[in-house]
Amino acid sequence: MVVLVLLIGGLYSAPNLYGEDPAIQVSGVRGAEVNALVLDTVVAKLDEAKIEYKKSELAEGRILVRLKREDDQLKAKEAIGDSLGDGFVVALNLAPATPGWLQAFGAGPLKLGLDLRGGVHFLMEVDMKEAMNKKFTEMEEDFKADLREEKIYYRRIAQTGSGEAVRVQIRKAEELDDARRFIEKKYPDLVVIEDSKTSEPDLLVSMTEQKIKETRNYAVDQNITIIRNRVNELGVAEPLVQRQGQERIVVQLPGVQDTARAKEILGATATLEFKMVYQDGDIGAAMNGRVPPKAKLYDSKKQGPVLLEKKVRLTGDHIVDAQSSFDQYGMPQVSISLDTKGGNKMSAMTKDNIGNPMAVVFIEYKPTEVKDKNGVSILKKYEEVISVATIQARLGRNFVITGLDSSSEAHNLALMLRAGALIAPIQIVEERTVGPSLGQENIDAGFNAVMLGFGLVLLFMLVYYKKFGLVANVALAANLVMIIGVMSMIPGATLTLPGIAGIVLTVGMAVDANVLIFERIREELKDNRSPQQAIHHGYDSAFSTIADANITTFIAAVILFAIGTGPIKGFAITLAIGIATSMFTAIVGTRAIVNATWGGKRIEKLSI
Amino acid sequence: MQLLNLSETVNFMSLRRITSAFSILLIVASIASFATKGLNWGLDFTGGSLIEVSFEQSADLTKVRQVMDENGFGDATVQNFGSSRDVLIRIAPRLHAEGESVGEKIDSKMIGDTIMSALTAMDDTATMRRIEFVGPSVGGELREQGGLAMLTALLCILIYVALRFEWRFALGSVSALGHDVIITVGLFSALGIEFDLTVLAAVLAVIGYSLNDTIVVSDRIRENFRKIRQGEAEEIINISLTQTLNRTMVTSFTTALVLLALLFVGGELIKGFATALLFGVVIGTYSSIYVASSIALALGISKEDMMPTEVEKEGADQDQLMP
Repeated sequence: MVVLVLLIGGLYSAPNLYGEDPAIQVSGVRGAEVNALVLDTVVAKLDEAKIEYKKSELAEGRILVRLKREDDQLKAKEAIGDSLGDGFVVALNLAPATPGWLQAFGAGPLKLGLDLRGGVHFLMEVDMKEAMNKKFTEMEEDFKADLREEKIYYRRIAQTGSGEAVRVQIRKAEELDDARRFIEKKYPDLVVIEDSKTSEPDLLVSMTEQKIKETRNYAVDQNITIIRNRVNELGVAEPLVQRQGQERIVVQLPGVQDTARAKEILGATATLEFKMVYQDGDIGAAMNGRVPPKAKLYDSKKQGPVLLEKKVRLTGDHIVDAQSSFDQYGMPQVSISLDTKGGNKMSAMTKDNIGNPMAVVFIEYKPTEVKDKNGVSILKKYEEVISVATIQARLGRNFVITGLDSSSEAHNLALMLRAGALIAPIQIVEERTVGPSLGQENIDAGFNAVMLGFGLVLLFMLVYYKKFGLVANVALAANLVMIIGVMSMIPGATLTLPGIAGIVLTVGMAVDANVLIFERIREELKDNRSPQQAIHHGYDSAFSTIADANITTFIAAVILFAIGTGPIKGFAITLAIGIATSMFTAIVGTRAIVNATWGGKRIEKLSI
Repeated sequence: MQLLNLSETVNFMSLRRITSAFSILLIVASIASFATKGLNWGLDFTGGSLIEVSFEQSADLTKVRQVMDENGFGDATVQNFGSSRDVLIRIAPRLHAEGESVGEKIDSKMIGDTIMSALTAMDDTATMRRIEFVGPSVGGELREQGGLAMLTALLCILIYVALRFEWRFALGSVSALGHDVIITVGLFSALGIEFDLTVLAAVLAVIGYSLNDTIVVSDRIRENFRKIRQGEAEEIINISLTQTLNRTMVTSFTTALVLLALLFVGGELIKGFATALLFGVVIGTYSSIYVASSIALALGISKEDMMPTEVEKEGADQDQLMP
């Protein structure tokens, strides 16, 4: 069993020996698909630029080209980027050079933390107060429209001063119950109570715990989706966008150095505009420069060029939600909800336009390389028609867009509609940037420290316990291999500088179990037991001590992991893994070696 | 080879009055230093900005300070970091009054970038090594979280040891841990070494390490109480400490070896971590011998408490002891 476990540990830590290839990664944005055709273009361009590459592959919707030389990376990026144009992002990457037979076992190298590979780490906070305020404003508008429809007259509907509820002031006291019943029935996730503090017929409407949670989650999720989109456009290989706690988002961009630009792109604003397709124009003439005065020529990926009216009928800040789903025939669709005002506008716009096509334009302001004299990037406006659909009926607050080709198209459209909708503002609350030179230095320093500490301990154990020391050293080496193996195996685990410190500490403490056992054996020998008995008793009586000691340290490591953030987590995870593997190698592993060496023989003296 | 070849039992406990006084003195000094000087909290806890820059030649600190002044960062501290070519600049968090404009907020996040471009203008060999910005609210939270982590760890360990051994040992070992943590933090306060997140991790690791030591000793004491039929509690503790002394020394020595390796070649960023742990290992070794056992003894540990009871009910044996 020992051999088997060690083999597995060795197998999974093996990829770390192979290093990484400099690589170029091509991926599509906004629904642009990376296919075999694109791969051919990329390969042709590389041949043209006389850049040598090891291998090119198309997998998981992206192209990865492994280059022979690191110097070629930038040249290759330029060559490919120029030929592919807007819809694709070309990024520099380092691809693990793990051989295929190891990959077949799902083995890959250790993932390095930002402090070791360089890059930017942002912690962003969603302004929840603002998100809740928006929700309440929406509620106010809904109630106004609903009560009017029900012919229940109100004096005033507004958010309370504390900002936790909406106060609905009804004109006639006898209608209070009607209003109450109506709201309760229509909005089951709201809580309606009569305000007992005033003599007026007032209702206080607040959200249930569940609803508040949903609203918060929605605000965070929406921001995550948008940030993810933008990060993809930054062209970063292996970015991480993740929720942390209630209202925070972690963004990690390995390899990015220009933080100012990254911040600008992450903070870019996007809006949507609904427009009618211009009916009387001639596309051919417009493309030759004769655009009618009331129209504007746009480009759309799906339909080619289209002429749209200049007049904006509805803007994206009226969109409350957009979700992709399937209709009753299983066809993909996108359902959109607008706020009350938006619903009214939509209704007015579509009333006279049934049968006519309507377009959605996505507008984004992105920073360019050009900077003004204050060092702030000049923003450039990007416009794109993301949908053209024929109006089938008079639309209201909720409607669907059908006729989409695939569910991925529906998904993308919903994503962009949400991105253009009004969102809860976010703020950067923490930022850490590590330059590439420091990252490499940290790796070197960490590696040296591990090796030096390891060497010193090996030497000491050998001198102090002689042959048994040698056994402990074999176990220690096996332990190191297993820590790295386990770390490589766990998908989310990354190695950070404090993590390396954790490994170093484990090396020092891992010998403790062996020291306990060996000291016991020495004691037993002093009590004039035979060598075989001494070994047997030594292992047996030391076991409970070792278990107790390790379990308590393990508790500390688990608590560190659960409560700590960032560097503390990195340290805790290596410490916990180290404790588990060292228990195994120091007790089971050394016993196997000791039994194989000294077991079943009559021996007079032990080399300990 | 053997570090110590002890044929006789060392009378550790005879010194326990002196060491108790020594421990109390250290704790009082630590608390006093903490109360008067406080801790040199790192960026992680205070919030603010930090920029590490390296130049090709030795950096001219006065010139760097001048650049800081010109850009409105007169309060920045500028110092060498690791070598004369590396410079570390720290800027305290910019506090905002209520109702300030959003524009200013973004500014405070751009500090790092502003300074970097100013420094490259001064000397184009300046390369960015690291920029950190921590918002003041995050800093405060981290401090709370750190304290909470420490308390939770101590409490969980207390429960485990109490279940596994006996409440007197649990109290003894947790006091030993508290003792180690207070004195380690006290050292950082007295010497004014920066206390950041990695140091906090180290202090928590000290808890783990010191506990390891204490458990091994307690385990042996329990075993000996059961094995050696006659003898006073004090004598049995002495025997146990003598028996485990070799192991305590060897493990502390190997751990210290790797920590020294970290301290000297592990790089600048890990120095605080290694210092805290190294000190913690020394104080932890001492406390496992003196603090934990002395307290267990002072609380009146006796042979009867250690005997495996036939009624497997927690606390049943303790009730009988109550007067």
